[in-house]
Amino acid sequence: MTPDGAADEASGERWALALSAIDILVAAGNAIGGILLRARPGPVRDAWADALAMVVPTRRLPANADSEALDGGLDLTATLASGKPVHRAGILADAAGKILVVPMAERLNVALAARLATAIDEGCPPLLLFDEGDPDNPDRERVPQGLADRLAIHIDLNSVRLDMAALVAGEAPPPPLAMLAEPGAIASDPETALAVGAAALGIASIRAPIMAVRVARAHARADERPDDIEQLREADMAAAGALVLGPRATRLPPPPPDEEAPPPPEEQPPEEPPAEEPPPPPPSDDTTGDDQEQPEPPPIDPTDMILDAAQTALPPGLLDALAASTISKAPKASGSSGAKQKSITSGRPAGVRPGMPGRGARLALIETIKTAAPWQRIRPVRDDGRLAIRVEDLRIRRFIAQTQSTTIFAVDASGSAAFARLAEAKGAVELLLAEAYVKRAEVALVAFRGLEAVLALPPTRSLPRAKRELAGLAGGGGTPIASGLDLARRVAEGEKGRGRSPLVVVLTDGRANVGGGDGISPQEAALASARAYRASGIAAVFIDCSPRPRPQGAELAAAMGARLVTLPRVDAQAVVAAVKAASQGAI
Amino acid sequence: MASARIPFPFTAIVGQAEMKQALLLAAVEPRLGGVMVFGDRGTGKSTAVRALAGLLPPMKVVPGCRYFCAPDDRNPCIEGCRDRAGKRSEEASVPFVDLPLGATEDRVVGSLDLERALATGEKRFEPGLLAKANRGFLYIDEINLLEDHLVDLLLDVAVSGTNVVEREGLSIRHPARFILVGSGNPEEGELRPQLLDRFGLSVDVRTPTDMGDRIEIVKRCDRFDRDPAAFVAEFQGSEQATLEAIAKARKLLPKVQVVDEMLLLGAQLCSAVGADGLRGELTLLRAARAQAALAGKKDVKPHHVAEVATMALRHRLRRNVLDDTGSTSRIARAIAELIPA
Repeated sequence: MTPDGAADEASGERWALALSAIDILVAAGNAIGGILLRARPGPVRDAWADALAMVVPTRRLPANADSEALDGGLDLTATLASGKPVHRAGILADAAGKILVVPMAERLNVALAARLATAIDEGCPPLLLFDEGDPDNPDRERVPQGLADRLAIHIDLNSVRLDMAALVAGEAPPPPLAMLAEPGAIASDPETALAVGAAALGIASIRAPIMAVRVARAHARADERPDDIEQLREADMAAAGALVLGPRATRLPPPPPDEEAPPPPEEQPPEEPPAEEPPPPPPSDDTTGDDQEQPEPPPIDPTDMILDAAQTALPPGLLDALAASTISKAPKASGSSGAKQKSITSGRPAGVRPGMPGRGARLALIETIKTAAPWQRIRPVRDDGRLAIRVEDLRIRRFIAQTQSTTIFAVDASGSAAFARLAEAKGAVELLLAEAYVKRAEVALVAFRGLEAVLALPPTRSLPRAKRELAGLAGGGGTPIASGLDLARRVAEGEKGRGRSPLVVVLTDGRANVGGGDGISPQEAALASARAYRASGIAAVFIDCSPRPRPQGAELAAAMGARLVTLPRVDAQAVVAAVKAASQGAI
Repeated sequence: MASARIPFPFTAIVGQAEMKQALLLAAVEPRLGGVMVFGDRGTGKSTAVRALAGLLPPMKVVPGCRYFCAPDDRNPCIEGCRDRAGKRSEEASVPFVDLPLGATEDRVVGSLDLERALATGEKRFEPGLLAKANRGFLYIDEINLLEDHLVDLLLDVAVSGTNVVEREGLSIRHPARFILVGSGNPEEGELRPQLLDRFGLSVDVRTPTDMGDRIEIVKRCDRFDRDPAAFVAEFQGSEQATLEAIAKARKLLPKVQVVDEMLLLGAQLCSAVGADGLRGELTLLRAARAQAALAGKKDVKPHHVAEVATMALRHRLRRNVLDDTGSTSRIARAIAELIPA
């Protein structure tokens, strides 16, 4: 299937690693929280899930589950039938002894994710999260970080290719390579090694090395070595490195200076303060201290081995990106802000009112029964002993539609004149954000300059994050208006998909000089993009900030269907005022 | 991070001195108004708060009271628990309630007891989490992600100390005095200043960067995982000492004197850093008293004020959006000017 043998081999290793995670999960139970599996639905993931199901029973979390479904409550059907309160166990209780599978974890809403995170802390069943996001899309939704961080093992199956013919024929998935066969030498001071390894890979969370130790211990138990399982061996450490530390890495470890016996302090990340460096114990000292009784090969310093293992676990492409340090921002940007309001509800529940269900109105069952309950004594007893519910008891749910908004600034950051504009746009973003917490509004910033537009600030309502991202944003170069409008529209459409109401604010002088091609001028391309924007039906404000407004700006605004504001001297307060006027207080 | 059965010992937490200190102060002086913990993921926030709950000395309650009324409380209980129980009292551990993010208003406020209503047709109030937290701790992880209407509700109750329920034909008010402990990551969204101001103390926790600390944390967690009982036993002594220190400080607290110079100092400090409102000064002095009591002193000295000023004021400064100077450094500057070391 795969074009070359090397890729095949890497794929095989990855697959073996993924399978070994199953044994570890079974051995460790909820101590390691569970597994986050990044894979799109497909035969590879199914084969992995089948392998898991062979070992341990699973329970799937329904897509519409809410906190109540997790914790259980009154079983209304049974209660009504019997006339006595009947309690129903929640999914968490029901999944005891099983593994709780959460499909589409990247779309999990924040509240549910938080409940699951608490459940892990309380010792509930281990979780298996399927992150089905598109790995190639940097703006994809992500699993809420608080939850992902609590799951020890992260696996990426997106790049794994298996023999399709065999899978289609229904053959068993290929067995794991001889991964567990060779436990290797005993690792000296494994906790230190994993803590140092985590730091070298730029992992800030202290939970990662703690989890890594647990995974290593589980790996040792899963191996069923006849001798002392209290000792961690090379293979255990490698598994912990590959399954826990590698996927969380934010940078490559500094290369060891020499092949043989690199002293562990060299592995320290460069930005660690060199002062009062607590030297991880030199291997030679520990040799005599801990492991005298072992007649086997001398203990090794496991940090290097962990780092090696961690690097093999990195998905292809990520390694290059790490080396080039281009994604240093990306993992941070994956904070759950992006995934905050993913579940599109019809609005915030606003209580119930009497009324007939149907035509979109949903019955509020509990409230209906609550209303009927006090009357049961006076109403004639029904023959079947059930609750007597009358029409006037019926209650329906009410929702208040969300009025949360996202303001997307599309700022022309080209050339030197635009430099001031950019600064003012940054100021406007911060000013709006400073007020945003009251109305739960979010702000995003698209900057276009040079050859194309970039999403400088993904939608957020976090001021510290906005400040950080904005600080690094520079100006200068050409004016690719078409690209800017297209990106702004895509972001706006994404926000609309999240159930928010987007508003795009364009700050430009309206004179495009980049874009188009094949006989289409940049300005024509910009107009085409503007018309495409209009088709999306999303509200927009066009701020023409050229010193002497010319017709191009008005043309673009008209094509976009945007409200035109001319502000020859841009300042942050004026921008905010214009935006507020345009949105009529929605933000 | 640990399993629910045996909490991780409070004194076994490595580093995070400020957070531990703030929690101890809140335990000594419940009127401080709670603690807000800001910080990155995986810094032991939840672990510390849960550990503190396991450490506190038990309190006296009226037997069978669903609101944990104190036997010597003068306010009448809505269920008349003292009339039924007479002079009897019993000890109960300090309640610790974890408010889940997805909690419904029903569960927080309390609602009609559905079981009773169905079984006997009786209209009875089923206390919610607010009642369960009375005289104890209410912990909200990721409070900045909590739904707005719940935040408003919590604010109201936390300030008034009373939960007023007007729903489903019930009309009830019951005491709900609790220490609010919130935690959150500012990267994931801001907390409204009105809510922030209600918290007495606020601390910033950072991921430990010291390699020695990190290694020690990993080792302690590993030891705790493998044999929780032995690990807890190892810290029995220091846990006991902390518990006694809290109990002693609580006894000493009413006797701690605050001289007028300290009041002046507090006022000067608050105006120097530009803290909004009077709540800052009140909290500052209460925290300083608690700090003195914890140290076993009967007088509040300037260094007590200095020690708690950052956590009492950090979250009350009027923030200029376009100014990046951290609140912490502004307070540190004011302390350095006003309180000679």
